[in-house]
Order: sequence, then C-alpha cells, then structure tokens
Amino acid sequence: MDFDLTEEQRLLKESIDRFAADNARDPAAHGTAPDIWPQLAELGVLALPFSEEDGGIGGGPVETMIVMEALGRGLITAPYLPSVVLGGGFLRLGGNAAQKAEFIPQVAEGSLKMAFAQLEKGSRYDLYDVSTTAKRDGGDFVLDGRKGVVLGGDDAGLLVVTARTAGSRRDHDGITLFLVDAEAPGVSRRGSAAQDGTRVAEIAFDGVRVPAGRVLGEVDGGLPLAGHVVDVALAALCADSLGAMEELQRVTVDYLKTRQQFGVPIASFQALQHRAADMLVAVEQARSMAVYAAMMAEETDILTRRPAIAAAKAQVNRSGRQVGQEAVQLHGGIAMTWEYKAGHYFKRLTTNDVIFGDTDHHLRAVMQEGGLVEEV
Amino acid sequence: MDLRFTPEEIAFRDDLRRFFREKVPAEIRKKVAEGRHLDKEDIVTSQRILNAAGLATPNWPVAWGGKDWTPVQRYIFTEELQRAAVPLPLQFNVFMVGPVIATFGSEEQKRKFLPATANVDIWWCQGFSEPGAGSDLASLRTTAEKRDGKYVVSGQKAWTTLGQHADWIFCLVRTDKSAKKQKGISFLLIDMKSPGITVRPVITIDGAHEVNEVFFDDVEVPEENLVGEENKGWDYAKFLLANERTGIARIGLSKQRLARAKRLARETEAGGGTLWDDTDFRRRVAELEVGLKALEITQMRVVANQTKRDADKPDPASSILKIKGSELQQLTTELLLEVAGPYAIPAPDHEQPEGWNEPAVSPEWADAAAPLYFNYRKVSIYGGSNEIQRNIIAKAFLGL
Repeated sequence: MDFDLTEEQRLLKESIDRFAADNARDPAAHGTAPDIWPQLAELGVLALPFSEEDGGIGGGPVETMIVMEALGRGLITAPYLPSVVLGGGFLRLGGNAAQKAEFIPQVAEGSLKMAFAQLEKGSRYDLYDVSTTAKRDGGDFVLDGRKGVVLGGDDAGLLVVTARTAGSRRDHDGITLFLVDAEAPGVSRRGSAAQDGTRVAEIAFDGVRVPAGRVLGEVDGGLPLAGHVVDVALAALCADSLGAMEELQRVTVDYLKTRQQFGVPIASFQALQHRAADMLVAVEQARSMAVYAAMMAEETDILTRRPAIAAAKAQVNRSGRQVGQEAVQLHGGIAMTWEYKAGHYFKRLTTNDVIFGDTDHHLRAVMQEGGLVEEV
Repeated sequence: MDLRFTPEEIAFRDDLRRFFREKVPAEIRKKVAEGRHLDKEDIVTSQRILNAAGLATPNWPVAWGGKDWTPVQRYIFTEELQRAAVPLPLQFNVFMVGPVIATFGSEEQKRKFLPATANVDIWWCQGFSEPGAGSDLASLRTTAEKRDGKYVVSGQKAWTTLGQHADWIFCLVRTDKSAKKQKGISFLLIDMKSPGITVRPVITIDGAHEVNEVFFDDVEVPEENLVGEENKGWDYAKFLLANERTGIARIGLSKQRLARAKRLARETEAGGGTLWDDTDFRRRVAELEVGLKALEITQMRVVANQTKRDADKPDPASSILKIKGSELQQLTTELLLEVAGPYAIPAPDHEQPEGWNEPAVSPEWADAAAPLYFNYRKVSIYGGSNEIQRNIIAKAFLGL
C-alpha cells in the first residue's frame, strides 16, 4: 500500500502543474485563446500514455491523473481527454500493429487530434445504444448515421466511430469501432462551443466509405473495448474534476478571508466556516476516489474494474456538485458573473458530471455488479 | 502508487482473520454483529483472549506489551478485528489511560497499572465530561484541593460510559482555580471504591444502561495518583483525544454492518420477492458503499502518510475521518433499521408467557435494529462533536 509518486512522476507533476498555472485559462479574456497544443506536445504529455515501442513515454493511469488534475486546476480547454485519453486509448488498447504505427506517432507529436463519436439521439449514457450503421461493400464498410456532442469533434482529424454491423439498436453484440478520417467524403460536421469552454461537434456520416483495415478490434465485438477505453477516460475525468474542485475550494477560502461585510471578514461567520469545512471534506473524498479510479483503470477484469470506476465517478460527481454549488453560494453575487473564475469552475464540474454517465447511471452500475462490500 | 498489500501483509491479515474467528467465542461475536449490548464478561473474556496472544494493546510501547507494527499492520489489525465482529478492546484502558500512563506516568504507575490495564484486571472509566462541560471540556469544574499530602476531589462527572463496571476512573480535575481555564487542570487516577464516590445510572434512549453520572464528595486521593505534573492535565487529555480520533472512523465496523445488511436484505421477504429486489433500497446501499469506499481510501492515505507527517502541522485528516466515519456508522445502522422494517417495533426482551410455543413472526435479529440506530446517534456527538470537527478544519487548516 503506497500513495507516493515515483521520482519521474513527481517531476512530471512539477512541470505540468507549472505549465497549467502559467497557462491557466482566463475566462474573461476576449478573443481566441492561444493554441497550447504545440506546447503540450513539447512537454511530452501528448506522448505520455503510449508505450515506448510505439513511440510514447510509457506512462500509466497515474501519469494521466497527474496531467488531468493539472488541466482541471488550470481550467484548460485543450482536447487532452478526447485526443490523448480516448483516441489514444483506443489505439493503445485496440489498435493493430499497422494502426498503431500509422497513428500513434502523429497523436504523440500533436499533428493529429482524435475524437470519439458515439453519442446518438436517445442513447444518453448507453454505449451499446447504436443506430449508426456500417454495411459491408466489397472490402470496405459504408457508414451512415448521426453523432452528437462529440468532445473535441470539430477539429479532430481522426474519429473513432461506433457503428452497428449486426443486430438491432440496443444489442450489446454487433457493434464495430471504426477509425474514420474526418475529411473523408460523406463526413460533415457542425462545431459549437460547450458550456465549459471546450468545443463539441455534431457529425453526420452519409455513405462514408471506410476500408476494412480501419476496423478497430473485432467486427461486431467492439463494445468491451469501448467500455474499457471509457473507463480509462472516466478515471481521467475524475482527476480533472478533482483539479477543478481543489482550485475552486482554494479560491473560495481566499475569498471568505478578504470579503468584508458588517465590518468583518465573512470568514468569521461560523455558518460559512462549516460549509467551507464540508467543501474540504468533499474534495478529500473525491481525491481518494480519483486515486482509486487511476489504480483500477487498467484492470482488465471487467467485474473488478467496472464497479470501482462507477463508484469513483459517482463520488466525484457528488463532491463536484457540492463543491461547485457551495462555492457559488459562499462567494455570493460575484460568482454569478462571467468575469470571475469561480463560475467557470462550477460549469466545468457540471459538464464533467454528465460526461459518460451521471451519478444515477454510475450508482446503477455499482448496484448491478452487487456492490463493493460483502461479508468475509 | 499501489493499493495492494504486500504478500507479508496478506499473510498477516489471514493469520488475524483465522485467529479472531477461531479464538473469540462465536456467541460474543454474534452479539457484536447484531449490535447488542455486551456484558462485562463478554468484553473481559474477549480482551483476555487477545491479551494472552499479545494482541490487546498493539498501540502501546513495546516494553509494555505493544507491537512494533507498521501503520499498515495496525490498520489491518483494526479492520480485521471489526470485520470479524470481535469486541473492540476496552477503549478506556487500551486507547486512553494506557497510552497516557505509558507516556507520562511514573515508573511505579506503569508497573502498578499497565499489565492490569491490558488484561482488564482493572476496568477503567473516563471522568472528563461534566454537566456544564461537554464540547467545551476545558470549562470543567470538578476540583481537587491539596490537603495533608492528599488531593480532595469534589464535583460531578457526566456520561461516564460503563462506569458501573469500573474499578478505577481517570479524571480531569481543576487544581488551580486562578489559572486560565486550560492551565489549571490535572490528570488524576481515582479508585472507584474510595469513600465519597456515588455512581448513578443514566438510561439512554435505547433503554440501555451504558452511561452514568459519577459524584465526588470530598474524595481523598493519594498524591502518587497524579499523572505527570500538576496543572498539565490538559496536555495529556489532548494527547489522549488525538489517539481516540485516529481510530474513530471505524470503517471495518461499518463494512461489517453494511455487508450484514445486504445479506439480511437478500434473506428478507418483501413485495413477493426479497428486499434485495427493491431497486430503491439497493440504490441507497450503493450510495453508502461509494461513500464508505471513499473514506476507506482516505483512511489508507492517512495511514500511508503517518510515518512521514510532521506531527506539529495541523492535519485535517482526523477531523475528516471523524465526520465521515460517524455519518457512515449512523447510515449503516439506519440501513439495518430499514431492513428490519416493521419487525423493528417490538423492544428486546419482550415477554414470553408460559405455554406460548408459536414460532416468532419477527426475525430474531430484528429487535436489536432500533436500539442500535438510537444508540448510534451518539457517534456524531462524542469525541468532539462533528460541529467541533468543522471548527477544527476551518480554524486549524483553512485558516478561517
């Protein structure tokens, strides 16, 4: 039992924390935010999760946690989750040798961004609810369907797309994952801003021809791979939310000490002190579960991994709601303004809450697996 | 980072698991599992079994029967003890007065008291709280005046848990009325058989006799029963309460109760199936399990960092463990109450008229559910109420 970082992890943390502090997003700034993707590439964090033989650095989920926590703390909107964690996760865990050789170096050096196109009308949090079709035509597949809220989808060059090659809408079998060139004929997309300052896209696939060599993993058997990559992403999201919560909690405590009302700092009011103390408790519970998720993310036994990741997301969501709402309330009116950063952390926590499953969804998953504690 | 135990730690855990289940009588462990009150005999028997194996006082100095365990081993010990529903060693002896005497007592006090304390040949109770000194403990008013080489103690202590069984009481008393309130307090050991002591039972809402009031009417106490220095008692009390807080999360106990509630729910008929088929119920179980897992990892983080931490730096961890640990203990007793449902209504020890041989309609465990639930409201009040813990976090850690 050990919660220490290795020397290498500590150095990574120092450099990414410094980077995130220097590049923390100022939500009040007008105009286009500077593109920090080349700097992230230079830092090596885009290559982080890939193995050394694939051209990466060989980091694991703890390294991903360190990066995501820093990005959350700095309110950074660069598409690390969609491109490196999700896209990279599909290549790492499901790509064949040729696919890895072709795409991993591009993702690692930052010249190619990826996104995971899976959400459809009515599918909500069910990865297996897929209506987009992929029909065989000679040596190719032809994709037709609509995807929405594709995180980082508007400027990704390569999409991982879930499509149905067999069965009907909510069958677990018959789902195939495809690597689709975002510029391929028949792909059209509409990008838009998200609540948290990131970018999302609706993407239409109309007779998009994909060669069989671009099938990721097994035909008809894509769901377990998608489930694992999503669990890896959930662990990363827990860390992102943790980072956002840490900063929001810190900012709130600072504000309580400086804001004066009735001639005294409002920090002197016990009603507010206790709520601030409860925020700290919530952050620490979230930290524990973010660590737990990181340690379970690469577990290949789904019966061990699934309830653990679901429990982590449920706790982090719950803590995130509390910390976000309380931060706004303890600040008062100032946190309602676009100019002040507290509200933007609140918004990031709110969107993270509903990425790949809200609290109800994950509690149901914990329930379905029979829970976490049995008599010994 | 690694959550797993080493092979040595797993072997250590398995040995303890076997020991607790094989050596501690099943009927005692059943009482603990059901949350029933234990007799004095149960606690003494169980602790003597542990003591004979050198396991009653692992937190004490090695010279006085403690174990040179790592924080992880201590964590495993506590967790396994609780999961096996073994009675916790008498906390007044093992976690309170024992460490205080071992750390601040004279050599003579150590020789006289420590072996007997470990074996519960002496049953200790705690004389801290008073009617006017609860969360504000330092405002206590029981006095000890020095007269002819003796202390003469007068006053009243409240909430004296299991004082009815006690041979001795360790007390905070005021020895200097002119000093600032924390400064004039001393730590005295008092024989309960001393003339002038009266113990009056206080029955709690669960119908049990667990706590007492203890009255001191000019009780003479030999000078050598002072621990450490006069007027330094507050420091020893703070040391003692810090010991109390690290064990206070009782995660193993909550896990044991939760696991038991799940098993009972699977056995409990409801709605044409079992209670476990009720998704509303299972959802509440899942919520509880998530909170408990988070607290377990928090506790593990604290344990793993224990050796590295600067002891003088304020640490919010013990307050977090107290707040969440007590909430979860209360939620697990609430869950058991809900499993029992209407069968929780009859009070224990209901009458058995002669000649009545019908099988009971209620499950036999169900009458313990409500008293346990009532009794456990105490855990967010004692040991520094949860509001006091929030004050500690706000002041000592957040700097508010």
